[in-house]
Amino acid sequence: MLEVTDLRTYFHTRAGIVRAVDGVSFSVEKGQTIGIVGESGCGKSVTCYSLLGLIPTPPGRIEGGRAMLGEEDLLSASEATMRKIRGKRISMIFQDPMTSLNPYLRISTQLIEPLLIHERMEKKTALHRAIEALEEVGIPDASERIRSYPHEFSGGMRQRVMIAMALITKPEILIADEPTTALDVTVQKQILDLIKTRQQTLGTAVIFITHDLAVVSNVCDHVYVMYAGKVVESAPTTDLFSAPEHPYTRALQRSIPAIQEKGEPLYTIEGLPPDLTKPMDGCHFAPRCEFATEECQTVAPTLQSAGEHHETSCTRRQRGEIDLIH
Amino acid sequence: MLRVENLCTHFHSKGKTIRAVDGVSLSVDRGEILGLVGESGCGKSTLSRTIMQLIPPTSGKIFLEDRDLSGLTPKEIRRERLNFQMVFQDPYASLNPRMTVFSALAEALRRRHPNLAKDDLSREVGTLMEKVGLAARFMKKYPHEFSGGQRQRIAIARALAPEPRLIIADEPVSALDVSIQSQIINLLMNLVRELDLTMLFISHDLSVVHYIADRIAVMQQGRLVEIGSADQVMHEPEHDYTKTLLEAIPRVAEHI
Amino acid sequence: MTDPVINPSGKLLLRPEDIEQGTSLWKDAWHRLRKNRMAVASLIILILITVLSIFGPMVMPYEYQDQNQGLGATPPLQAGAHLFGTDELGRDLLTRTLHGGRVSLGVGLIATLTALIIGVTYGAVSGYLGGRTDVVMMRIVDILYAIPFTIFVIVLMSVFDRDIKLLFLAIGAVEWLTMARIVRAQVLSLSKQEFVEAALSLGLHRVTIIFRYLIPNVLGPVIVYTTLTIPAVMLFESILSFLGLGVQAPMSSWGSLIKDGSEKMDVYPWLLLFPAMFFSATLFCLNFLGDGLRDALDPKSSKD
Repeated sequence: MLEVTDLRTYFHTRAGIVRAVDGVSFSVEKGQTIGIVGESGCGKSVTCYSLLGLIPTPPGRIEGGRAMLGEEDLLSASEATMRKIRGKRISMIFQDPMTSLNPYLRISTQLIEPLLIHERMEKKTALHRAIEALEEVGIPDASERIRSYPHEFSGGMRQRVMIAMALITKPEILIADEPTTALDVTVQKQILDLIKTRQQTLGTAVIFITHDLAVVSNVCDHVYVMYAGKVVESAPTTDLFSAPEHPYTRALQRSIPAIQEKGEPLYTIEGLPPDLTKPMDGCHFAPRCEFATEECQTVAPTLQSAGEHHETSCTRRQRGEIDLIH
Repeated sequence: MLRVENLCTHFHSKGKTIRAVDGVSLSVDRGEILGLVGESGCGKSTLSRTIMQLIPPTSGKIFLEDRDLSGLTPKEIRRERLNFQMVFQDPYASLNPRMTVFSALAEALRRRHPNLAKDDLSREVGTLMEKVGLAARFMKKYPHEFSGGQRQRIAIARALAPEPRLIIADEPVSALDVSIQSQIINLLMNLVRELDLTMLFISHDLSVVHYIADRIAVMQQGRLVEIGSADQVMHEPEHDYTKTLLEAIPRVAEHI
Repeated sequence: MTDPVINPSGKLLLRPEDIEQGTSLWKDAWHRLRKNRMAVASLIILILITVLSIFGPMVMPYEYQDQNQGLGATPPLQAGAHLFGTDELGRDLLTRTLHGGRVSLGVGLIATLTALIIGVTYGAVSGYLGGRTDVVMMRIVDILYAIPFTIFVIVLMSVFDRDIKLLFLAIGAVEWLTMARIVRAQVLSLSKQEFVEAALSLGLHRVTIIFRYLIPNVLGPVIVYTTLTIPAVMLFESILSFLGLGVQAPMSSWGSLIKDGSEKMDVYPWLLLFPAMFFSATLFCLNFLGDGLRDALDPKSSKD
């Protein structure tokens, strides 16, 4: 349904060109949930903002690639076309719902707005639909609560409102950018469950952006792991966790305290992610990789198949030189 | 080492009383790491700041090595504070952006040793930086020139500088990326062992707390609902709230 | 530090030449400001105007009050060294404009400085102490705000003897209110920052915290506001002079020169043109510089 190929988004800053997203490809099908995982600065959010034409230009610029939503290339579409797509065919929810809700407007006004704009609905019908939407995301007394202002909701409830708003036009794709990071664990679980059930009812495709591997393992069908602007591994979720094919993925999994035995030192990835203003020849992860050879530092790797629907960019793993399971 | 007896911290706002901390009693033994878990608004941050004497308690007593902190004059408290230091959540907010690493650490060192000569100071600052895994040659740099993880290391070094006996770490890793988080957890655990410190480790993340702490206390709405050994709380929780918390943690393990 | 630093264990810790010097936020801001061509040009023009105003009258062959009856109202470049021409009384306009610059810039600087000192201290104390003290201190500011400020200064100027020093102080005494509010809001949010809590945990004294932790961090917005206050003050001085309440003849300020010039602008347009040029150039430059400083000092608002 959405097919992104070789997306490149660079930021032209005073310090130099930041290659925030450097040749990223992925696709998502109807009803599918994909995860884009990585640490801060890996380019996962920039990827999705690029799709929606929300990159501040300058300093940002989309340097290349295509993102086909059906027949439409999102990267070359006009602003007028994008306005029709955003909020109608692709919706987005964010980490902090407060930043995307207008604090001075009632929830009702904000909920019916996409219906009035995109569906040209009558105000009364739209309001009726909005109350339904709130009920669907589990807000009690929806017909009363719809008249409240954003600050009158708790963090979890606000995120529910955001989900209702994002899904009210029945979009084909929902982009969720760290939607549960700011929430408590108990609330996080409820929100994740809610996204899942709503998705099943509506058949929406979901792109889940997060740094949290545990969240990914619970909600995604397929996962793309990003590091320093590139996808380093792409795999069905089960395979990614049972048989990672990239040293970075494996290292990330091992750094989670939950998996570790208590008492032994926690597995760590030494060092820091690279400075993206400096062009790098080899694998971006090589400086921190325990398996890296001289070749890894100098020869740029490419994503290659490592099983069914499974791809890795690790050259040594592609040749079967290293074992990542034990 | 640290003993808190029936501690209450209440706030008054718009005629309502908010019982942020409501009758908490706990003790931490020398060399122990006590994990304090709870969701946002449960009062864990207020508790840590009350123990730190940054917020005055409404009632109750705090003992550090059997010395009652509640009876001290402000001047004595300022002196006593060196014995317990705090590591904060946000490494971008916890360092003064206008001070170099050197001046921040030197200031903290001088609190304990006011008469340190200038040469000795740079030696001490350098040693301290190496201890937390930073190269000493960066001592003249400013906080904004470091990454989040490195800043957290600077903040830890500052907390260690006055040679405290108790460290209160308030969500020290929750603002950091996974790969950096594990570096900082290891650093904290090594330091506690090496320097014979006692630590109160506060987090919303039960799996991190289980990994690092000897005992875990679970806090809900200003009260402690459960306290026990890390394994017991994690694997055989008694209180319903602890069980809810545990069930909510998304686990990767299901797939393996 | 000149000697290598050695660990107690004898291991070489670091050599002084290895130490990497950091870039402070001030240095960073200065680099950003230098990249801003408008701001740099404004700064240069301002320095030029200031230097001319200070030293110009000293080297000019005329004094600002010297009258030359024979050369009344000479247009520019027509007689002798009267580059800008003369006014009706035959006084050299260039000298009077430069002298007017002294007064106008002086009013701007001194009044702003007064506002700065009172405002920063008042705001910092109010914001840091907080609680009831803060409430009382800020209500006082609110009350002072409510006094119609133009009328206040006008009354002051007419009751007392139109003393120019009094003018400086009167304007400054009113302008500090906004400064106090700005500083107080900044300090209030800063003192909740974790680095202030960390400083308290170290047992540092309150005075140290105010001077080492709070003031350096509010200086950015204060500098920006200061640069924008100077033109506001100068404008106010010119209004007072225009109303005949400011500087008294034979002394001149840009405001009083513009007033005189505007009365005769049909016949002797240069009398309005030159002082107005200097005055508006200064105002423009101060505003551009202020904008540049705001971008430079607050990296979040700049585009990178």
